[in-house]
Amino acid sequence: MSGRRHSAIAGLAAWADAVRHDKRAAAGAWIIGFFILLAVFGPLIVNDPNELVGMPLQPPSAEHLLGTTGQGQDVLAQLVVGTRSSLLIGFSVGLTVVFVGALIGVTAGYLGGRVDAVLSLLFNVFLVIPGLPLAIVIAAYLPAGPLTIGFVLVIAGWAWNARVLRAQTLAHRNRDFVSAAIVAGESNWRIVTAEILPNMTSLLVSQVIGGTVYAIGAQVGLEFLGLGDVSAVTWGTNLYWAQNDSALLTGAWWTFAPTGLCVALVGFGLTMLNSGFDEITNPRLRLQRAWRAYLIKRGERPGRSTPVVAAGEDHA
Amino acid sequence: MRYLLKRIGFYLLAAWVALTLNFFLPRLMPGDPATALFARFKGTLGPEALEALRETFGLTDAPLIIQYFTYLGHVLQGDLGISVAYYPSPVLDVISSGLVWTILLAGTAVIVSFIIGSLLGVAAAWWRFGRIDTIMPPLSALLGAFPYFWLAMVALYIFGFQLGWFPLGHAYGDGVTPGFNFAFIADVVRHAFLPVGTVVIATIGGWLLTMRNTMVSVLGMDYVNLARAKGLSPTRVALRYAARNALLPSVTGFGMSLGFVLGGSLLTEIVFSYPGQGYLLVQAVRSQDYALMQGIFLIITFAVLGANFLVDLVQLWLDPRIREATS
Repeated sequence: MSGRRHSAIAGLAAWADAVRHDKRAAAGAWIIGFFILLAVFGPLIVNDPNELVGMPLQPPSAEHLLGTTGQGQDVLAQLVVGTRSSLLIGFSVGLTVVFVGALIGVTAGYLGGRVDAVLSLLFNVFLVIPGLPLAIVIAAYLPAGPLTIGFVLVIAGWAWNARVLRAQTLAHRNRDFVSAAIVAGESNWRIVTAEILPNMTSLLVSQVIGGTVYAIGAQVGLEFLGLGDVSAVTWGTNLYWAQNDSALLTGAWWTFAPTGLCVALVGFGLTMLNSGFDEITNPRLRLQRAWRAYLIKRGERPGRSTPVVAAGEDHA
Repeated sequence: MRYLLKRIGFYLLAAWVALTLNFFLPRLMPGDPATALFARFKGTLGPEALEALRETFGLTDAPLIIQYFTYLGHVLQGDLGISVAYYPSPVLDVISSGLVWTILLAGTAVIVSFIIGSLLGVAAAWWRFGRIDTIMPPLSALLGAFPYFWLAMVALYIFGFQLGWFPLGHAYGDGVTPGFNFAFIADVVRHAFLPVGTVVIATIGGWLLTMRNTMVSVLGMDYVNLARAKGLSPTRVALRYAARNALLPSVTGFGMSLGFVLGGSLLTEIVFSYPGQGYLLVQAVRSQDYALMQGIFLIITFAVLGANFLVDLVQLWLDPRIREATS
């Protein structure tokens, strides 16, 4: 968390390197990488997911690796094609909620006073109003489709980011380097974009990841309810049809199990990536781990101590 | 006292925002929900129903501001309109028929999950790098990644369909008579076990992690070291000294996550055909019953606001700093 500014490329390279060295982050990166590749190229490889290829509710076989749906479509094809829109909405909503949250949270934290009071009230109200019912009520009035889903997820999800970013901005606001920038006569815009935001990069990245996890889960939930475009192929509508065709009560586990596993794997991968980032950007966590490994190597039992990080020290 | 008044003011404001959103939503959106509905139910609804529907939405020719106050007046009298899906029952009646089940399901799940999760968090922090601390956080991160309702589907498939240990749905069986008797209560518990269990499993990780992380930093504090040095029993130090203070962030989080957990529990209800708000909500979505949908949104919001107020009271009781700062 030193105030030094790396060039963007050097920063990215450092992160990529750190991700490689952190086991959890690396595992997360592999999982996410796999699903991104699947989303980009998968639909080119598999057959048309809407094509009726066989008898309904056939268990997995050599011909249809994950069986068929209640309508007789190939489950694998639906799963692969669904990946694309689910990830796309997930990442775009993740980015948007952080953007909106930053816009409102940083403004509130930086300007303070009455602006802060009003904006804080706004996001606190949105935090306390339950998100899913709100999203459902709005989505029900709009034409079904990915845009609607994305829109309501942003409405229901931005407040949390605003709250966290406001707190973080407040913390930076009183730092010396910001005071120096104010004295130097820099404009508010420049102070926010060049002095404060770069210092929150790791937080912003972790919020985008967290926002994506939220978006994918909530999107699947909304579509499961039938609020998505039920003729489109996404993970959520796959589950919607599985439930609608009473897959459960006929024992057709293959129509819902793979989709849920994919949702969970993506969520898990993103969370792992995030906790890895935590350690990369928080030198104290990293040192703690190194110190413990050192003690164990010396054959001693690690206690409860927390190593103190001296400026400029680098053990990892 | 001032603190409580401020909180009450805030919740009233939030309730007003929800009410106002509810009022403007149908008016901002394209089309007229009443006419659209009437067209869908052509033949089954009489012409007086169209009037009733318009009345429901408050879509009269009066100026917007008058409509708004009429609407607020209706809501305050408990008039949320007529349900289309359960025509001609009033929305409020439909909602209250399911409210007790939702509160039972979500309430039990949230409390059980909070208690078990927080205790596990205490254990993880106390035996740092021990077995609980290494296994539970990643495991709960993995479980937390599954959509609630998907876990519910899997649980229903395995324990309901394959093993037959639990019933496949509904809140109680046909064979029992609702009332305060053992057979009925046992049946309700049997029906609630799987839905509650899946929500608990999906949410427990959050409590565990929050508690563990605050607990770790509290355990490093001087007063905890002093308590240890005095030779107090480990249980006493862990629970009475450390956990009590480490609980504060979890309690704050409890209030904020209520809405989220409730959302997940609504979806779980659908999987188990559990007759609560989630099940009603799906009926409302399927039959485009806007009045019911909006009524459910309002009631759930009010419930969450009320629960948050209770959390504030608990916090006031736990944290003397809030009491002192405002007295």
